[in-house]
Amino acid sequence: MPDKHIDDVSGVETTGHEWDGIRELNNPMPRWWIYTFYATILWALAYTVLYPAWPMLTDATKGVFGYSSRAELAADVNAAKVAQGAVLEKISNSSLEDIVADPQLAQFATAGGAAAFRVNCTPCHGTGAAGGQGYPNLNDDDWLWGGDINSIYQTIAHGIRDPADQETRISEMPAFADILQPEEVRQVAAYVTSLTGTPGDVSLVEPGKQVFADNCASCHGENAGGHRELGGPNLADAIWLKVEGEAEIAAQVRSPKHGVMPAWEGRLGDATVKQLAVYIHSLGGGE
Amino acid sequence: MPLMNVYTAPHLGRDNPPIERIDVQSVHAPGKPRQPLYEKRKKIFPKRADGRFRRFKWLVMLITLGIYYLTPWIPWDRGPFAPDQAVLVDLANRRFYFFFIEIWPQEFFFIAGLLVMAGFGLFLVTSAVGRAWCGYACPQTVWVDLFLAVERFIEGDRNARMKLDAAPWTFGKLWRRVTKHAIWLVIAAATGGAWIFYFADAPSLAFDFITGEAAMVAYSTVAILTATTYVLGGLMREQVCIYMCPWPRIQGAMLDENSLVVTYNDWRGEPHSRHAKKAVAAGLPVGDCTDCNACVAACPMGIDIRDGQQMACITCALCIDACDGVMDKVGKPRGLIAYATLDEYEANMALATNNGTTAIDPARVRNPDGSFVDKVRHFDWTIVFRLRTLVYFGVWTAIGLGLVYALLSRDRLEINVLHDRNPQFVLESDGSIRNGYTVRLLNMIPEPRTILLSMEGLPEATMKIIGVTEVPGRLFAIQVEPDRTLALKVFVTLPKSAVSAEVTDFHFVAEDRSSHEADSYAAVFNTPGMGK
Repeated sequence: MPDKHIDDVSGVETTGHEWDGIRELNNPMPRWWIYTFYATILWALAYTVLYPAWPMLTDATKGVFGYSSRAELAADVNAAKVAQGAVLEKISNSSLEDIVADPQLAQFATAGGAAAFRVNCTPCHGTGAAGGQGYPNLNDDDWLWGGDINSIYQTIAHGIRDPADQETRISEMPAFADILQPEEVRQVAAYVTSLTGTPGDVSLVEPGKQVFADNCASCHGENAGGHRELGGPNLADAIWLKVEGEAEIAAQVRSPKHGVMPAWEGRLGDATVKQLAVYIHSLGGGE
Repeated sequence: MPLMNVYTAPHLGRDNPPIERIDVQSVHAPGKPRQPLYEKRKKIFPKRADGRFRRFKWLVMLITLGIYYLTPWIPWDRGPFAPDQAVLVDLANRRFYFFFIEIWPQEFFFIAGLLVMAGFGLFLVTSAVGRAWCGYACPQTVWVDLFLAVERFIEGDRNARMKLDAAPWTFGKLWRRVTKHAIWLVIAAATGGAWIFYFADAPSLAFDFITGEAAMVAYSTVAILTATTYVLGGLMREQVCIYMCPWPRIQGAMLDENSLVVTYNDWRGEPHSRHAKKAVAAGLPVGDCTDCNACVAACPMGIDIRDGQQMACITCALCIDACDGVMDKVGKPRGLIAYATLDEYEANMALATNNGTTAIDPARVRNPDGSFVDKVRHFDWTIVFRLRTLVYFGVWTAIGLGLVYALLSRDRLEINVLHDRNPQFVLESDGSIRNGYTVRLLNMIPEPRTILLSMEGLPEATMKIIGVTEVPGRLFAIQVEPDRTLALKVFVTLPKSAVSAEVTDFHFVAEDRSSHEADSYAAVFNTPGMGK
């Protein structure tokens, strides 16, 4: 330990610590400061008694107040649910048209629908509802089963080809490999391609048109413009859901792939499905 | 003999067996002075001072307290769509009103600029006139001054207060103490109370506050600020400056040899003597200091300025007033304690001590008739204008002018555009491409406006605004509420024939034709060809 040292300038004893000639004066602390320090220690001890703190073998002390951050979160969530209750009830009791017409309800429903969409719908339709091959893009104006808000609601509530739902939307394109000759399949594929592009062999278009009229027009419409009541896709627009190009069209004709969407009303409840419908309708393609 | 390092000490030779010297001292040596670990606070009873600095401090107190208490009550007419309070921090609506200026949250750089100016202003003031902030304008100083004035009014001046403090608890002492603390609490409550009026409409908040209708946060804010004002200003006083405030330590670093600090001019004061006549008769050198301790008694920090410049000195200059009064009485020139620069002080000290070779000899700085010799340096105002202060002033002014320019040239109509990220574009059934944008129109004046939203560039494209129109177009008149932002969902559609693989730039333009204000925002139109 170094020598006791008294600072020349202040006449104060130093702590004896020295760094490159700089010494620390050993001035006493103000007494109130140390009392404040004791008060903080007492506060800390009291805190550990009142709140969960001390680790035990399997758990920690619960604290006199019985506080838990998880319980507080649950209470907050409940409070939020109660606060939303009135609005949700109003949504349940209103028609979709009325919800859209009321700016406050519409805003609530759009936000709520967006949240529900992210949780339930993004696995197939994507986070931006832009879909992908086989999964419809919900932003565009091409609707298989109708783009007005009630049709959208119906689709979400009861799904498409959901065997568990009585009112589900059903359409089943037959596998034309068993019905048409391979040549006819090529012809109809060329015709369908010609509606929006140029087929590989233009001579196949005319006979293909006849094949289409005989076999396809009942579901896809006379001009291949689709048939929403039956869920028959529009083949004359720019949007291709499942296939792209003549070969893929032919493959689809021979052995069609069908998408399935589950019915959501039973899982999410009517109010959430309504909010989802409002949200989907607001994305830009709603009719 | 200096202590040897036991690790590196060389062996002292073969003849002497190497004996290790251990660097150790007994812990409990007899007669070792025991320093107290904690110090009891010594009470300070500042004596009333009279003089120009005291009067100046009264004036500063009047102005600063006046500004603080009265500002929220100044009315300012902004029309029917904005509050009519001159200074208002409207946290709920995120607006700050300052007379004719209204600041939105994104214009917070004005406040930041003012804070930078305050910083440079402080550098400027400190390098020129020392710790003037501490001595005159700091709220702690002002309120302690106010509380001391109350204490003096109730309990009397220094001697009376010391007597009262030492006296047993009688009725007379009790009512004085109770009255003093009651008045302190009233001042503290008024201080805490004034604060909340900056954040809400003052008259209605005052009414709500009294009738118990105000928000809980108002009551808790007032309670906390009342407590801090009472405790810091009434009870803790100088302890705040010495032990709690970091500013005195920082400020010390900003002083230089040309900064004005309150100085005891010992070159003319020493050797001090309580019996000057006897000393003169005995032929001893006698300085001006009569050792009357008036400077110590007047000091609210409880220091002796004659110990030299020190951290605890807030440079309130009350010791100057006290000393000047004494100098007047004994017929000596004022300024034994005075604002002086270190430079000036050291020059005079060198003169009085013959460059440090002798003790202070008053005869070296005085003529026989008592006047100062010509070589004595006196304060020169021009020292305030030196490179350092001019640089501070220059930076301070530049920021100030920059802010004024920014204020005069700022937009009160703005447009912000956010392109939809997901999806970046949508293919419509007719082959056209649609892009979605969130367009925000900012009407930053407290009047409703009709803002024209249009597109510049992308001539084939049309836009559709959700909730505004079903019919596509390129120009829409939008009503925006006063002092509000309106967010619009805008879909821009480009027909198939015009779609190219290029990223296409265009502008959204917001325009107010009545005021000739316009703002535009560069936007991008995404197409499938550009790659996702």
